[in-house]
Amino acid sequence: MDLDIVGLSRLQFAATAMYHFLFVPLTLGLSIMLAIMETVYVMTKRPVWRQMTKFWGTLFGINFAIGVATGIVMEFQFGMNWSYYSHYVGDIFGAPLAIEGLMAFFLEATLVGLFFFGWERLSKVKHLLVTWFMALGTNFSALWILIANGWMQNPTGAALNPQTMRMEVTSFADVLFNPVAQAKFVHTVSAGYTVAAIFVLGVSAWYLLKGRHIDLARRSMTVAASFGLAASLSVVVLGDESGYLSGEHQSMKLAAIEAMWDTQPAPASFTAIGFPDQEARETHYAVHIPWVMGLIGTRSLTTEIPGINNLVEQAKGRIANGIIAYDVLEDIRALGHQPIPDELRARFEAHSGDLGHALLLKRYVDDPRQATAEHIEKAAWDTVPQVAPLFWTFRIMVGLGFFFILLTAVFFWYSARHRLHNVPRWLLHVAVWTIPLPWIAAECGWFVAEFGRQPWAIEGILPVAVAVSNLSASTVLLTLLGFVAIYTVLIVVEMKLMFKAVRNGPHLDAQDREEVQTSPYALPQHTPASAS
Amino acid sequence: MILHELISYDVLRVIWWLLLGILLVGFACTDGFDLGVGTLGPFVARTDVERRVVLNTTGPVWEGNQVWLILGGGAIFAAWPQLYAVSFSGFYLAMFAILFALILRPVGFKYRSKIENPTWRSTWDWCLFIGGFVPSLIFGVAIGNVLQGVPFRLEPDMQIYYDGTFFGLLNPFAILCGLVSVAMLTAHGAAWLQMKTSGQVQARSRRFGMIAALVTPVLYVLAGILMWLFVDGYRITSEVITTGPSNPMMKTAEGGIAQMWFANYAAAPILWLVPAIGVLGSLAAAWGFAKRKELFTLLANGVGIAGIILSVGVSMFPFILPSSIQPQASLTVWDASSSHMILFIMLVCTIIFLPIILAYTSWVYSVMRGKVDEKDIKEERGHAY
Ligand code: HDD
Ligand code: HEM
Ligand code: HEM
Repeated sequence: MDLDIVGLSRLQFAATAMYHFLFVPLTLGLSIMLAIMETVYVMTKRPVWRQMTKFWGTLFGINFAIGVATGIVMEFQFGMNWSYYSHYVGDIFGAPLAIEGLMAFFLEATLVGLFFFGWERLSKVKHLLVTWFMALGTNFSALWILIANGWMQNPTGAALNPQTMRMEVTSFADVLFNPVAQAKFVHTVSAGYTVAAIFVLGVSAWYLLKGRHIDLARRSMTVAASFGLAASLSVVVLGDESGYLSGEHQSMKLAAIEAMWDTQPAPASFTAIGFPDQEARETHYAVHIPWVMGLIGTRSLTTEIPGINNLVEQAKGRIANGIIAYDVLEDIRALGHQPIPDELRARFEAHSGDLGHALLLKRYVDDPRQATAEHIEKAAWDTVPQVAPLFWTFRIMVGLGFFFILLTAVFFWYSARHRLHNVPRWLLHVAVWTIPLPWIAAECGWFVAEFGRQPWAIEGILPVAVAVSNLSASTVLLTLLGFVAIYTVLIVVEMKLMFKAVRNGPHLDAQDREEVQTSPYALPQHTPASAS
Repeated sequence: MILHELISYDVLRVIWWLLLGILLVGFACTDGFDLGVGTLGPFVARTDVERRVVLNTTGPVWEGNQVWLILGGGAIFAAWPQLYAVSFSGFYLAMFAILFALILRPVGFKYRSKIENPTWRSTWDWCLFIGGFVPSLIFGVAIGNVLQGVPFRLEPDMQIYYDGTFFGLLNPFAILCGLVSVAMLTAHGAAWLQMKTSGQVQARSRRFGMIAALVTPVLYVLAGILMWLFVDGYRITSEVITTGPSNPMMKTAEGGIAQMWFANYAAAPILWLVPAIGVLGSLAAAWGFAKRKELFTLLANGVGIAGIILSVGVSMFPFILPSSIQPQASLTVWDASSSHMILFIMLVCTIIFLPIILAYTSWVYSVMRGKVDEKDIKEERGHAY
C-alpha cells in the first residue's frame, strides 16, 4: 500500500475502525449478560446477583466510555476522509446511519446513565427494564451499522442517477433486507457475545485461581459458559453463512481468501494451509482437502467456483463495458437541464452496471475513454486484493472459532454438573490466557471483510481511489498521527483501570451493605478459598 | 413505490431544512449545557468534592444528550449528503480538533474519579474543560465561516475541492461568532448548575451565568451589525427550480451582495421575531439568574439559543453552504438534498422515533430530578462519578 492520500486515508480509517471494534464487541455481549444477571437477581432476590451485575457493570462502563468516544470519530470520518464516497452513496448509506441514531444510540446512551445512577431511584423491575432496553439499544446499533456495511459489500436497491451523479435508492426494502447484511449482523453480534463470554469466563477463572470472590466467580462462570457456548456455536455456523454469501456476491473476495488462482472443476478443494505468492500467482506447499471448498462456497457438488485468473478476465470485459457507460454518461451530462432522450437512457441503463469498473482506470488516465489496453490490463489486476494476508487472517479466525467452542463446552460441562469447584488449575489458566483471543478473531474477521473488498469502497461501484477526499497527504498524516497518539494514551489508561477494577473486585456501596444485612439470602462475604 | 409522492419534493426539502434546525437546537439546548458545565468546571468548583458534584449533575444525562450531535451528523448525511461531504472534508482540521476534544469527554467523565490521585484528577478536569470549551468555540467559528462563504468548488462529476486553510477559518468575524457560541453555552451550563447544585457552587455559577447571559446578546447584536456592514450575501441568479434534481451545478448564483443576508427579513418582517427571541431569551435568563428562578433561567436561555441559531438559517435561506470561489456550486435547500424517496422515508422514521425519544428522555430527567449535594457524594450514594 503506497502512503499517498488514498493509502493514508485507508490506514486512518482502518486504524480508527479497528480501534473502535476493540470496545464494541464487549459492549454488545456484556450488556446482554448484565441483563441476564440482573434478571436472575430480580427473580431470586439474592443480593449476590446484584453485586455481580454491578461489578461487571463497572467494567462495562470503563469499556463503554471509549466505545462512545471512538464511535463519534467514525460517524464523522466518512465526510472528512471519504467526501466523494459520501456524496456518491450518501442517499443510501446515510439513511441507516441516521436511523441508527434515532433508534439505537438514543436508547442505549440515554439509559446507560440510569443504569449507573438509577439503582436507588428505581424499583427493581424498572431498573431491570432499563438494563434490558440498554442492551437492546446496543444490539440495534449493530443491526443498522451492519445494514450500512452490508450494502457496501452487496449494493442492492440503488441505481446511478446521471443528473445528480450519484447512486440513489430504488428500493429501500432491498437495502434493509440485504442477505449479506443479515448474515453479517448475526455473525458480528455472535462474535461480540463470544468476546464478552470469554472475558467473563477468564476473569472469573482468575478469581478462582486466586481464591477470591469465589461465589461471584462461580456464578459468573455458569452464565459465561452457557452464553459463550451458544454464542461460539452461532458464530461458527453463521460464519459459514457469511462465507456462502461472499461466494455469491463477492467471488473475488472468496477466491482471495482461498488463494484459489485457477478455477477448479466442481466441487473445489479447500486449501487448509499454504503460502500464497501474489507475484507468481500461485500457492506454494498447499495442503488441499477435497470437496470442502465447493460445499462451503456453493452448497452443491456441481457448481464451479471461479478462480482469480478467471475473475480478472471477466473484469476486463466489464471495464470495456464500463467505458461505454462512461461515454454515454458524458453525453447525458452535456444535455444539462434538458430531458434525457429515451434512446440515450436505455443505452446508459444497459451499461451502467459496469460504470464502476471504468472508474478503476482513473488511477491511470483522467478520462477512461483514453485508456490503452495496458491500462485496462493493470486495472483488471487491481481488482485482486492482497491474497496472503487474507488467507492467513481468515484461517486464524476460523481456527480460534473452533477452539472457543471447545473451551466453552468444557466449562459448560463442569457447570451443568455443578463441578466448577473441581476444574483443574491448568484449565483455569487456559481460560485466563484465552481472554485476548476472541478480540484477535474479531479483528481478523473485519480485516477479511474489509481488506478483501479492496479495491472497492462500494463493491463493483466505486473504487476507493475515487472515493477519497481531495486533501493533502500531509494533512491526513497529521491527523493519523494525532489519532494514534491519543488512542495509544487512552488504551493504556483503559487497561490500567480495567486491571485495577478487576483486582479490586466487587465493591459494596451503602445499598449493598443494607441489603446484605437484611436479606434472608445473605451470603457470607468471604468464602475462604479452602472451602472449595 | 409511489407512497413518497404524497408529499412533494420541495415541501420535503423545506421540512428537512427545518429539521436540520431543530436538531441543531436540540443539540445546543441539551448537550449545550454539558459543554457549558465542562467550560465552567474549573472556575465554579474548587475542591475535589465540589468538582464531583459538578460532574454528577450532568453524569446521568450527558451521554444521551450527546446523541443529538451524533444524530445531527447522521441526519445531515442522510438528508443533505453534499453538505455532509463538503463541510466535513472542507473543515477537516477543525473537525479533527472537535473530535479530539470530544474524545476526551466520555473518558474524562468516566475515568476521573476512579483513581484518587490529585494529578490524575486535575489532568482529567482540564481535559473536560477542553472537551467543553473547544467544541463550543469551533461550532460558532464554523457558522461564522458559513455565513461568509466557504472556498470550495465542484467539478462536473461532483468531485469536491477545497482551497482554504485551517488558519483562514480564524478570521475576526468568525471568531466573534465563536465567542457568541461560547457565551450562550456557558450561560446554559451555569443555568443547569444553578438548578442542580446548592451552596458555593451554585453561587459561583450564578455569578458566571449572569455575566455570560449578558455578554451573549451584546456579542450577538455586534455580530449582526458587522454582518450588515461587512458580510456580503449570496443570491440565485437563474430560475429557481424547487423540485429539480439535487445538482448544485444546474443553477447559477452570485456572491458579494451587500446586506443580502437581511433580504429575507425585509421580505417578511415578521421574521425579525426570530433574532428578537434570541436577544430577549438571553436577557430573560440574566434576569432569572438575578432573581434565582432556577428552571425559568434554563428554559429562557434555551429559547434564546433557539432564536440565535435559527436566525442564521433564516438569514441564509435558501442557501445552506455558499461557495466563495464558485458561487454556482453553493449548496441550497433546492439542490443539495437526498432523493425524494429517502427524504420521505427518513421523515416517517423521524415522526415515529422522535416522540419516543422525547418520552424516555424526559422520563430519565424526571427520575434524576433534584439537586446533587455534597453529602451524597461523600457517602457514595447513588452517584457514579
Ligand atoms: C457491530 C457493531 C458495531 C460496528 C460495526 C460499529 N459500531 Fe459504533 N458502536 C456500537 C456498535 C458498532 C455500539 C455497541 O453500539 C457502541 C460501542 C460501544 C458503545 O459504547 O456503543 C458504538 C458506539 C458508537 C457511537 C457512539 C454512540 C453513543 O453515543 O452511544 C457512534 C457515533 C458509532 N458507534 C458510530 C459507528 C460508525 C460510524 C461505525 C462504522 C464504521 C461503527 N460505529 C461501527
Ligand atoms: C468496527 C468494525 C470495522 C472494522 C474493524 C473495519 C475495518 C476496516 C479496515 C481494516 C479498513 C481498511 C481496508 C483497507 O483500506 O485495506 C476499512 C475501511 C473502510 N470501512 Fe471498515 N471496518 C469496520 C466497520 C465498518 C462499517 C460498519 C462500515 C460502514 C458502515 C465501514 C466502512 C468502511 C469504509 C468507508 C472504509 C474506507 C474505504 C475503504 O477502504 O474501502 N467499516 N474498514
Ligand atoms: C469457523 C468459524 C468462522 C467462519 C467460517 C467465519 C467466516 C467469516 C467470513 C467468511 C467472514 C467475511 C464475511 C464477508 O466478508 O462478507 C467473516 C467475518 C467476520 N468474522 Fe468470522 N468466521 C468464523 C469465526 C469467527 C469468530 C470466532 C469470530 C470472533 C469471535 C469472528 C468474527 C468475525 C467478524 C467480526 C467479522 C467481520 C464482520 C462480518 O463480515 O460479518 N468470526 N467471518
